[in-house]
Amino acid sequence: MDVMPFVLAGWLFLIGLYGIVTSRNFIHLVMCLGVLQASTYVLLLEIGYKAGGTAPIFFDAHPGAKAVDPVVQALTLTDVVVGVTVAALLMALALQTHKRTGSLDPADARIMAG
Amino acid sequence: MTERGRIWLFAVPAVAVGVLLVWSFAGLPSFGHYRGPYGNVINANAIPQRHTTNAVAAVNFDYRGFDTIGEEYILFASVIGVSALLRLQRRERELPQPPDHAPRQRAPETADSVTVICMGLVAPLVLLSLYIVVHGHLTPGGGFQGGVILASAFLMVYLAGRYVTFRQLSPKSLLDAGEGLGAGGFVLVGFAGMLAGAAFLENVLPLGQTGKVFSAGTLPIINLSVGLEVGTGLLLVMWEFLEQALMVRA
Amino acid sequence: MTGVLQAIAMLTVGVFGLAVVLNRNPLPQAVVFAFFGGSLVVLFIVLQAPDVSLSAIVVGAMAYPLMTVLTLAKCRNGSRD
Repeated sequence: MDVMPFVLAGWLFLIGLYGIVTSRNFIHLVMCLGVLQASTYVLLLEIGYKAGGTAPIFFDAHPGAKAVDPVVQALTLTDVVVGVTVAALLMALALQTHKRTGSLDPADARIMAG
Repeated sequence: MTERGRIWLFAVPAVAVGVLLVWSFAGLPSFGHYRGPYGNVINANAIPQRHTTNAVAAVNFDYRGFDTIGEEYILFASVIGVSALLRLQRRERELPQPPDHAPRQRAPETADSVTVICMGLVAPLVLLSLYIVVHGHLTPGGGFQGGVILASAFLMVYLAGRYVTFRQLSPKSLLDAGEGLGAGGFVLVGFAGMLAGAAFLENVLPLGQTGKVFSAGTLPIINLSVGLEVGTGLLLVMWEFLEQALMVRA
Repeated sequence: MTGVLQAIAMLTVGVFGLAVVLNRNPLPQAVVFAFFGGSLVVLFIVLQAPDVSLSAIVVGAMAYPLMTVLTLAKCRNGSRD
C-alpha cells in the first residue's frame, strides 16, 4: 500500500510512452502525451504530501497548522495550464500535416523531398 | 523499421526504465513523510513576510516569480506558434461567404436546453473568474486558474450555438492587445521594483494587512496581468481552431 | 501510509489513464480524456492541492476535448476543401 502512489506515477509514465510509440493517429498521440504529463504532476504532488496535513492556504487554518508543501504545487499549477497550450501547438501541427499529406497517420508522414 | 521491430525496440528499454523507476522510488522518503526544509520554511514565513494567506501564490509570484515569467512566456510563445501555424497559407484563400457545404450538410440545430443553459452560465462564469483572479492571494486561485475560467466563459457563447455572437464578443485585435498587455504587465511590475531601488520583481508596494483584498504588495497586480494573459491566450488558440473548422450559419 | 480515499482516487486515475491510451479512435478518446481529467482533479483535491485542481478542471474538461473535436472536424471536412 505504501508504494502505490509512486507506482501510479511510474505506471502513467510507461503507458503514456507506450501509447506514443504505438500510436497510429496524431491526435491520439497528443492525448497520450497528456497522460505522460499527468504522471509528472502526480509524482510532484505526492512528494510534497504530508500525512495529516492540510492545504497550504492559511485563510481559515491558523498559521502554525501542519500544511503540505506549497513549492511543488506552484510548479504543478503553472505546468497544467502551459501543457494545454503546448498540446494545442501539437494539434495545429497535426492539422497542417493532414492538409499536406491527407492522413493523420505518423507512418505516412514521410520526409518530403525537394 | 517494421512495426514489430519498433515495439521490441521500445519494450526492452521500457522494462529497464521500469526497473530503474522502482529502484529510485524505493529510495524516496515514504509517502506522507515529507522531509525537505523548503516547504516548512515557506509555510512558516509567507504570512509574516508577505502578508498573504495563500502560500502557493506567494511562491509563484514572489519567491519564485522569475520562474513564473518563464512559464508565462512558454504560453505566449505557444499561442504565437498556433497563430502562425494556422494562418492563411499562400495556397489557401478565405471563402468570402460561408462554405458551400452548408446546404448539403444536415447538421442538427443546437438544442434549446443547451442554448439556455450555456447562455445562462456566461455571466456567472465571468464573475467567478474575476473573483478567483482578484482573491488569488487570499484563497486558492490566482491568475492562471481565473484566466482559464474566463476563457471558458466566452466559449460558452460558442457552445450555445451562437458562433457569430462569439466572434463579435471577442474580436481578434482586442484579444491580441489583451495578451500583449498581460504578458508585458508582469515584466513591467518587475521593472517597477528596479525603479524603486530594489531587485527585479521584488515586492516593493506596501504590504497592507493580511486578509484584505488590497494586501501583499505586487501580488494582486501580477495576478491580474497573468489572468488577462492566460484568458486571452487560450481564447486566441480556440479562435484559430474554430476558424479552421466551422461552417458559419449566419 | 496511504489512506483509503487516496487509494481509491489513485486506482481510478490509473484505470482511466489506461483507458485513454487504449482508445485508438480519437473521438471517443476525447470523452474518456475528460473523465481522466475529472479523476485527476479528485486525486489533486485528496492530496490537498486546491490550486492545482482548479487549473486541472477547466483544462481537462473543456480545453483538451474542445481542441480535439475541432481538429477532428477540420480533418474530416478538410478533405473536401
